[in-house]
Amino acid sequence: MMNTATELKTVIVERDIAHPPEKLWRALTQPHLIEEWLMKNDFAPRVGHRFNLRGDWGGVLDCEVLTVEPHRTLSYTWNHKHDNAAFNLTSVVTFTLTPTPNGTHLRMEQSGFRPDQRQAFGGARQGWEQHLANLEQTLTRID
Amino acid sequence: MLFRTLADPSRRAIFERLCRDGEQTVSALTARAGISQPAVSKHLLALKQAGLVRDRHEGRNTHYSAQLAALAPLIDWTSQLTGYWQKKFDDLEYLLKRMDQ
Repeated sequence: MMNTATELKTVIVERDIAHPPEKLWRALTQPHLIEEWLMKNDFAPRVGHRFNLRGDWGGVLDCEVLTVEPHRTLSYTWNHKHDNAAFNLTSVVTFTLTPTPNGTHLRMEQSGFRPDQRQAFGGARQGWEQHLANLEQTLTRID
Repeated sequence: MLFRTLADPSRRAIFERLCRDGEQTVSALTARAGISQPAVSKHLLALKQAGLVRDRHEGRNTHYSAQLAALAPLIDWTSQLTGYWQKKFDDLEYLLKRMDQ
């Protein structure tokens, strides 16, 4: 397990959401709703569909739908090409929805990073922060 | 500043709670902290001064959220990515609420 050169990293974020899986599924798969919480996109819930997630900071993620099990599982690639190939980012994002008495348990797993890609993410940090700041502003305006 | 602020265990617990569960009110934090509301407020003020939390006023409530960017010198990308998705989940929950209307 100490073979850090080839070890692939995984990030898991889980949350109990007070809404049914069917509704959560819509927010995960309908482009205008995805844009509300994640990024601009041309997503379609079809295995093999290639799409982009476009951040307000100008970054573009190359994605391809891998798994579509309505109301249960959605996964797609989450790749970011960098001018310098050493900074390329390659990963897979998987959302798993499990019904609970009060709604849905949502699990997000992002896997495939290598530890030596740390710099790539660090480099993208500025953009991500800007992206989040913009999002907060949008939400404040909606209030 | 960062290290000193997070050296206090209660304060660190509050900050970790915000990182893990997203934005919360003082009363929600107090319910879980096992210390008084004024004590929680005092810790939140210290965290805010260190740039580790941000407050947002909505009606009579103040919501606090973790500012993971402030930790950048200390954490690796795994934590950053976790924080990114926590924030995204906050936005997702906010969207789901609005979809009811």
